[in-house]
Amino acid sequence: MFKRIKDISRNIFHLYYDGFRSMTVGKKLWAIIFIKLFIMFIVLKLFFFPDFLKTRFENDEQRSDYVMEQLTNQKIK
Amino acid sequence: MIADIDLALVDWSRAQFALTAIYHWFFVPLTLGLSFMIAIMETIYVQTGKEEWKRITKFWMKLFGVNFAIGVSTGIILEFEFGTNWSNYSWFVGDIFGAPLAIEGILAFFLESTFIAVMFFGWKKVSKKFHLTSTWLVAFGSNLSALWILVANSWMQYPVGMQFNPETARSEMLNFWEVLLSPVAVNKFLHTITSSYVVAALFIICVSSWYLLKKRELMLAKKSIILASVFGLLSALFVAFTGDGSAYMVAQKQPAKLAAMEGLYQGKEGAGLIVFGALKSGANKNQEDNFHFKMEVPKMLSLLGYRKTDAYVPGIKDLTDGNVERNIMSAGEKMEKGRLAISSLSSFKKFKKSKEEIKADSALQVFRANSQYMGYGYLNDPDSIIPNVPITFYSFHIMVGLGALFILLFMVTLYLSIKDKLDGKKFLLKLLMLFLPLGFIASESGWIVAEVGRQPWAIQDLLPVAVATTHIDATAVMTTFILFAVLFTVLLIAEIKIMLNQIKIGPKGGENV
Repeated sequence: MFKRIKDISRNIFHLYYDGFRSMTVGKKLWAIIFIKLFIMFIVLKLFFFPDFLKTRFENDEQRSDYVMEQLTNQKIK
Repeated sequence: MIADIDLALVDWSRAQFALTAIYHWFFVPLTLGLSFMIAIMETIYVQTGKEEWKRITKFWMKLFGVNFAIGVSTGIILEFEFGTNWSNYSWFVGDIFGAPLAIEGILAFFLESTFIAVMFFGWKKVSKKFHLTSTWLVAFGSNLSALWILVANSWMQYPVGMQFNPETARSEMLNFWEVLLSPVAVNKFLHTITSSYVVAALFIICVSSWYLLKKRELMLAKKSIILASVFGLLSALFVAFTGDGSAYMVAQKQPAKLAAMEGLYQGKEGAGLIVFGALKSGANKNQEDNFHFKMEVPKMLSLLGYRKTDAYVPGIKDLTDGNVERNIMSAGEKMEKGRLAISSLSSFKKFKKSKEEIKADSALQVFRANSQYMGYGYLNDPDSIIPNVPITFYSFHIMVGLGALFILLFMVTLYLSIKDKLDGKKFLLKLLMLFLPLGFIASESGWIVAEVGRQPWAIQDLLPVAVATTHIDATAVMTTFILFAVLFTVLLIAEIKIMLNQIKIGPKGGENV
């Protein structure tokens, strides 16, 4: 049983290891993916897209009160 | 005190969301459609054992990989925008969106991320059948993850299976199956994914036509065109069928959208369906003739919208001013009820805080009786319930016109490729290549009809987009709009460049991605 699990794990490892090693255009694509994820999650999310309600209020009750205020005290010009 | 909403902020927030969604949708149709066509190609290879089909499968898989890699996670930006620009909306819908989006995340992760590795790396590592199963699972996984986001979008167009909790200011799900299987959701899902299959089929025909023009990869190109034509034709016919279902649902649930789609300013019995026409610039609900010219199929709109040739289809004037004879409530009356809902909601909260339970219960009853019109209470003009008519009208007719053209195209390409008559027809092959951009135009137009056509609502009848936005500085939204425009344009250029390069290299460029 243990040997079988070990063999499966080794096969899975080699699937990814050999796959990544033999990539051609894939290497360029991974570079694009990492740059994109960095821009999205590190630059955009951290500096430009804070979660408004999570960062402004401490708990759900305050968030709920704020949104209720918004829902009951707004009018479109 | 009632605060006025900054419409510049609302417009920038909408523009940003539209930009992100439109760019995101350049990548999605190819992922959804190519994944299934690749699975069919590989199935033919496994069934027949012919190496040429393995070569064909691997080539299209490589192009699928390029599109998947560049497009992956572009949709996450939409979720960033929900949290920052649309916080009122995000809170309001939280419990409804939570479940579908969580399921999407899990499915996308396990099905796509796991099996896509087997699909690309596993040709010599796993058995043929296991590899084929993985390819099919990637196809189903991609399409299933689209299901959840489309269910969430459908709920915004037709909010069922929920109840607004006035204590938390959130919608809570009462019936998951009602949300998942609402007729709007089922139609939207089927219509959207099959229209994506059409775009993917056009992509394969476009690339294959280029090979035929260049007299390269003739076997691959011809077999690919036959397969794409069959797949595209069946998909396009199904798109027409589900389009009929979608139009029927729009007639029942979003009559203002239907009126805008058809430029129907004044309602009528036995209304005709406009095949093509040009709206006058000053078109409005008080004049009889709003078209420079139009060609219509008599009684067809009544038939499609209400399944009766003489059914009355309400026009924009009926929906804004009301029509007692036809039992159509005016927007003004709905606005009154909406204001009552909002004021009773406010009273409920106040009485709850002061622990005046009887008064709170009484306010709650008034709120519940009028809550279906809540969104109208924020509006100050009955005409504001009508979306932009020219944009909705032309987008709808471009989508439908191109959809009909695609059915004809797939019939022609299928016939000519089966008869082996595509070779040497330079003009036709060049023409076929032009159909790929038309496919994207049709697909994006469909989304414009769906989203512009439902304005002013973020959630139909309950929450206008202007109230859904966060009160932040409009310049902040403008800045991120420009950032996104640059980021997505760079990604799109990268995709096109890498894709063109891979097409030029062709299948002989090695089997590894």
